Amino acid sequence: MTTYLIKRILMLIPLMIGITLITFSVIHLAPGEPVEMQMAMNPKVGKEARERLTKFYGLDKPLHEQYFSWVGHIARFDLGRSFSSDGRPVVDKIKERLPVTISLNVIALLLEFGLAIPIGILAATSRDTWLDKGITVFVFVGFAVPTFWLALLLMYFFGVKLGCLPISGLHTLGSDSWGTGRYLCDLAKHLIMPIMVASFGSLAGLSRYMRSAMLNVVSQDYITTARAKGLSERVVIWKHALRNALLPLITLLGFSIPGLIGGSVIFETIFAIPGMGQLFYQGVMSRDYPVVMGILVIGAFLTLIGNLVADLCYVLADPRIRHGEG
Amino acid sequence: MDFKHTYFYSIFWPRIRRNRLALCGGGIVVALFVISLLAPVIAPFDPSAINAYAVLSPPTWHHWFGTDELGRDVLSRVLYGSRVSLKVGFVAVGIAVSIGTVVGLVSGYFSGLVDTALMRAVDVMLCFPAFFLILAIITFLEPSIWYIMIVIGLTGWMGVARLVRAETLSIREMDYILAARCIGCSNSRILFRHILPNAVSPVLVSATLGIAGAILTESALSFLGIGVQPPTPSWGNILTSGKDYIEFAWWLSLFPGLAILVTVLSYNLLGEGIRDALDPRVKR
Repeated sequence: MTTYLIKRILMLIPLMIGITLITFSVIHLAPGEPVEMQMAMNPKVGKEARERLTKFYGLDKPLHEQYFSWVGHIARFDLGRSFSSDGRPVVDKIKERLPVTISLNVIALLLEFGLAIPIGILAATSRDTWLDKGITVFVFVGFAVPTFWLALLLMYFFGVKLGCLPISGLHTLGSDSWGTGRYLCDLAKHLIMPIMVASFGSLAGLSRYMRSAMLNVVSQDYITTARAKGLSERVVIWKHALRNALLPLITLLGFSIPGLIGGSVIFETIFAIPGMGQLFYQGVMSRDYPVVMGILVIGAFLTLIGNLVADLCYVLADPRIRHGEG
Repeated sequence: MDFKHTYFYSIFWPRIRRNRLALCGGGIVVALFVISLLAPVIAPFDPSAINAYAVLSPPTWHHWFGTDELGRDVLSRVLYGSRVSLKVGFVAVGIAVSIGTVVGLVSGYFSGLVDTALMRAVDVMLCFPAFFLILAIITFLEPSIWYIMIVIGLTGWMGVARLVRAETLSIREMDYILAARCIGCSNSRILFRHILPNAVSPVLVSATLGIAGAILTESALSFLGIGVQPPTPSWGNILTSGKDYIEFAWWLSLFPGLAILVTVLSYNLLGEGIRDALDPRVKR
């Protein structure tokens, strides 16, 4: 177990180097001198910001020196200063946005798994009935629905037509002075639609995956044994089969993280939620390069950490790996 | 070549013909081709003709899908929008499949250091939330449909690379590869003439599904205002005005979204159908 852990963590090093290399090359995509090009496309940037950028990326030095000085900055959690008029450090900007995005995504993830597991099991246990077919149709439609369109439909239905849910932001104006109960209720109301949209994206895929994992497990010998012992179908499915069917889902958890983080750009922008995705979108629109590059690196590192956590969960959940030679 | 024809007619075609959903998907895919080719003929109006007397008109017999904030006919815009989607889908996936296939072939065939390096590169690329990477790259370039297609392609080849690599690993141990080597075939001839044709089927499936993904990504980008720029109509940028006028004009949001839904659904159904038809484990 310890050897596995050390190996797994050592594996991160080449990945991290790769991430910095790719991010670094994105900056140099702009044809010609990056600074000139960037300033030409963003005329609002003054001379001072230009000098800051040149200094930060060491653009007057050779390419390899540029790379190492930039990595040095990143390693010290220095992502440069924003181009926006406040000129604040990018790290501070991300720090105040990150908790919103992470907590939204965690809630969405819990909801996804909480719904996908029973739906998948239901489809697997009622295989080839109308229920299974109905779930399959839902899954295919779910795959094909653009999340931003779903957000628009929800906004129209709940926000405009019924008028029962707020369509933007996290709080009603002036809610700071309300009591805790009313404040939280207001927050929850603002969160319903964004979380629905965020979790819908992978719900379809997850439940389909759960269905096939379950079907796979149910066909194995030990399940026949459990049935032969006279255990009720409920115990067989929910106690014996479920544990093994859940294993592949943990790997999927790791895979779904980049999608979730990437998707936050869309729903945070639509619902005007002050998270990292919205910051990124604003950065892209105002060509605020330090912010864009900073979030790109942070997003990749978050994915890396998410994958690591998923792998560790897998090891903890599967005794065959835990007690294996690893 | 002869063998492939018999395989196609005796196994693949009978199988996929019985899969009604896949046929349905395939039919719609073909219909979309026809629509985008014939858009100028079937569109009832010029998609960029502004009509100040019919601003934000709800669906009527005259304008089936209503009109937008400039009085342009939404049906015509949706029909023309299919051109953008189709172009993006095919070009982006073409790029992704070409890169992925070459990387997968080389990686699986040569193994060793080359393989490790290429597969680490795949791992690194998979660390980036694809949407972030696309947005970041597009920030540095002027928005244009060509950049979008290239960038979607450049960020979407990893899955194909893994598939082709796995396939190559097993094919390279076959006797006919040994035979090819014995008669002195060059590596590139073995790779592209002997291994590639036999590794094509998983690529076909992921390409079909990939087109659906690329269409979704393009529409999201255009919706955010970073993709296809107005006045060129694309399903995503019609939805942008749908969002701005959500309180008055539901038809601006409903119809382009339905177009995306139906298109993506058809490609997915077709892809799944091809997968089932190619899968030897699925009983006939």
